Amino acid sequence: MNTRELFFWVMIFCAVIIMAFILLPMIQMMTAPSISMLNKTIRDKDVVRSIALSIYTSGCAALISFVLGTPLAYLLSRARFRGKGLIESIIDLPIVIPHPVVGIAILSVAGKNHWIGRIMAELGIRIMGSVTGIVTVLTFVGLPFYINAAKEGFQSVSPRLERVSRSLGASMIATFFRITFPLAGRSILVGGIMCLARAVSEFGAVVIIAYHPMIAPVMIYERFEAYGLTYSQPVAFWLVALCLALFFVLRMLILYGKNHA
Amino acid sequence: MIQIENFHVQLDEFSLTDINLFIRENEFFILMGPTGAGKTVLLEAIAGLIPVKSGKILIGDTDVTKLPPERRGISIVYQDYALFPHFTVHENIIYGLHFHRVGKQEQKKRLQSLVNQLNLSHLLHRRPATLSGGELQRVSLARALIIEPRVLLLDEPLSALDPGFREEIRMHLKQLHISSGVTFIMVTHDFAEALSLAETAAVIHNGEIKQTGSINDIFEKPRSAFVADFVGIKNIFSVVYEKTAAVTGNIQIETGREWREKHGYIAIRPEDIVLSRSPFASSMRNSFRGKVESVSDRGFFYEVGVRVGKVFFTSLVTKKSLYELRVHEGTEVYIAFKATAIHSFS
Repeated sequence: MNTRELFFWVMIFCAVIIMAFILLPMIQMMTAPSISMLNKTIRDKDVVRSIALSIYTSGCAALISFVLGTPLAYLLSRARFRGKGLIESIIDLPIVIPHPVVGIAILSVAGKNHWIGRIMAELGIRIMGSVTGIVTVLTFVGLPFYINAAKEGFQSVSPRLERVSRSLGASMIATFFRITFPLAGRSILVGGIMCLARAVSEFGAVVIIAYHPMIAPVMIYERFEAYGLTYSQPVAFWLVALCLALFFVLRMLILYGKNHA
Repeated sequence: MIQIENFHVQLDEFSLTDINLFIRENEFFILMGPTGAGKTVLLEAIAGLIPVKSGKILIGDTDVTKLPPERRGISIVYQDYALFPHFTVHENIIYGLHFHRVGKQEQKKRLQSLVNQLNLSHLLHRRPATLSGGELQRVSLARALIIEPRVLLLDEPLSALDPGFREEIRMHLKQLHISSGVTFIMVTHDFAEALSLAETAAVIHNGEIKQTGSINDIFEKPRSAFVADFVGIKNIFSVVYEKTAAVTGNIQIETGREWREKHGYIAIRPEDIVLSRSPFASSMRNSFRGKVESVSDRGFFYEVGVRVGKVFFTSLVTKKSLYELRVHEGTEVYIAFKATAIHSFS
């Protein structure tokens, strides 16, 4: 690349702006709380409980996405049928609709005005203000990330390998578990972690469904509203530290996989 | 024995129509055809990997048309080897044994025998990513044969290999065919491979079998203009028969027999056409005077194009005779060929 070209400096300039835009607020927020404040916050039972609930509900959402999403992702990676594009758009829908709308949409089905909501009430399943409700919403917003990653993983496995496996005597299901799934394993893992990370960061949809029990993003919001910036920052610090740890693990797994492929 | 009857396969933009093939037990059968002819599709349909619209396929006396691929006893070897990248060579080879009831002793025996024949013992703990093309194809052959299939399908197994490896794998194929007693069906577009490995073959084009039978017949007695052109017969002419002569352009070619048909095609292999600077005194009944229009180097041979009136003949001559004849573009020459060198088809 020619460093004398004007365009080169335009690119460098944009890169610096973007890096600063992302990093400055993050660094400021992460370094603002004092050590003693951080210490105090992490000993606060409510904070620990909210972060634990965030991880737990997000983990549940990732697990549900894995169980329900894997067969669909495989189907989408292999089959060609009419309306496939439509199904793919529907899967992407939770990414594009505003987060509070997600909460309202789920409530309109799970509420008392809908027959599904009434059946659930009969069965004793409560969405409003419950862990079940939080997991439902987080699954809703996390699913597309998992399905898309898993689909790409399956697409990268040559159908020829499956054909050879079949011809050697393996049934379709044996082929899936011995060949396709292990070879797509890294993408499936990445998809699960992306789904998890997306679920941990959800606020808008959850706050509609369940203010209590309180997940970490809701607690940060509440501390900010009630006590101001200084009191919300330490909670934010711990949540971001968690998200960064997740992101770090994700990158490590990808790099590890690349070196061992 | 494999018998394919009235096979129809319909894919998105491609179809195989009315495929009929009969392949004897323990035969080495070659499937030839240009790119996009449907060779791979036919192999995969035989293996049960592609659904068949109608028709029947029998292996021995068993109708396998409705059986899933894992119950047909048909192994497949691809041009790109298709080894499982997450397994070692050893795990790849024994993969099929997980799904077949084979005793421990027998498993060991089969593995040992294939490893010895294909010289794989030093590779067993390696992963496919670290092997050369020839090694990969040896592994994929061992993997396909360890389950002792009734039929082995080979989809251009030599095409992706370097020339040295190609020769090596070709030898292995020949030996394995004899030692295993398995029926081999191999797709290729290389005539040298076909001639050196097999006795029977079929030519496929646009999803249809154009000709099937002994390889020699296909090369020497093509039954259609397509097959003649495909196997490299250059001189194909559309003719009108008049008694024992075939007329094309403004020349009469003596065929040595009477014809019931009015129209047809005749073909003459370039190497059957001889060149001379003076008229032929011999008994050859077809001798024409023409002008050399092209001389091109074909490696061991030269291809000389000669125009006789409106008809263009191609002749193959050795370097030596080209030198002795002193022909070049524009030279007047005589061409001659025997009536028995003429192949006819409708």
